[in-house]
Amino acid sequence: MILNIIIYIFIAIGCFFNMMAALGLHRFPDVYTRLHAGTKCTTFGSIFLILAVVIQSISAWVAEGLSSPQSILTLHALIALVAILLTNPTSAHAIGRAAHRSGIKPARAVVDDLEKEKP
Amino acid sequence: MRTFLITTACAFLLYLLLTTASGPLFLWSKEELIIGAIFALIVAAIVRKIFPVKNLRLLNPKRWFLFLAYFFGIFLPAMAKANVDVAYRVITGRINPGIVRISPNLKTDLGITMLANSITLTPGTLSVEVDEETNDLYVHWINVKKEALEKIPRDCKYVCGKFPDWARRIAE
Repeated sequence: MILNIIIYIFIAIGCFFNMMAALGLHRFPDVYTRLHAGTKCTTFGSIFLILAVVIQSISAWVAEGLSSPQSILTLHALIALVAILLTNPTSAHAIGRAAHRSGIKPARAVVDDLEKEKP
Repeated sequence: MRTFLITTACAFLLYLLLTTASGPLFLWSKEELIIGAIFALIVAAIVRKIFPVKNLRLLNPKRWFLFLAYFFGIFLPAMAKANVDVAYRVITGRINPGIVRISPNLKTDLGITMLANSITLTPGTLSVEVDEETNDLYVHWINVKKEALEKIPRDCKYVCGKFPDWARRIAE
């Protein structure tokens, strides 16, 4: 019962941050600030969603033993989390770099060192 | 040869993790062990030329514990702060962006990769471009502070706090 409540709370937090990411994509003015929303919030939201999955599958593991099909879910979810943590910032880096090379200026920028040194 | 062996071991280990509890032999079935070994060998043979292992520092368990300490002690709290910060900016729309250049003085590719990823996932910053000769990072900053603009090169501490020290400790 308490486990279920914790799982629901984690899912709610995860959904909230993923929703913030979607809202950020809509509200921010240019590609760089949108990347901020798109990488940080989705990664953090996914951490909480995966934590919920891990708690659920560990409780199934304890209840039904190692042969339960849910028991493997813990490992798979954690591997998925590692993959997200590695690939999400890397792809954001790639998109930001490509955007700057194709000449998109950061909107409302107060300073742009990259523009000065590598026009 | 060393690269080949290490890649094989890592790929096999990952395969074993993915197929845990598939059979009676410890936790795996015989078929999974055999096909896993074959795939690990194939993958290692393919990537041997692409990803040469330059040094073996990361095989030292001391660095793994350092990494875990960094991950749970420094990185996750910073990331939580970053998300509350971004959520706040999403709702209020208060931004003051800019791209700044920082010189973390890291030497290895691994160190700069770790630092760039940490920067991207933590408060208000996103690494955009790297200068491959000096290993300087260009960072998009969503809320530029006035103090940081006073001198060139910019002060690392405003942008990424203690991350460069930790990246140096773990990867170099």
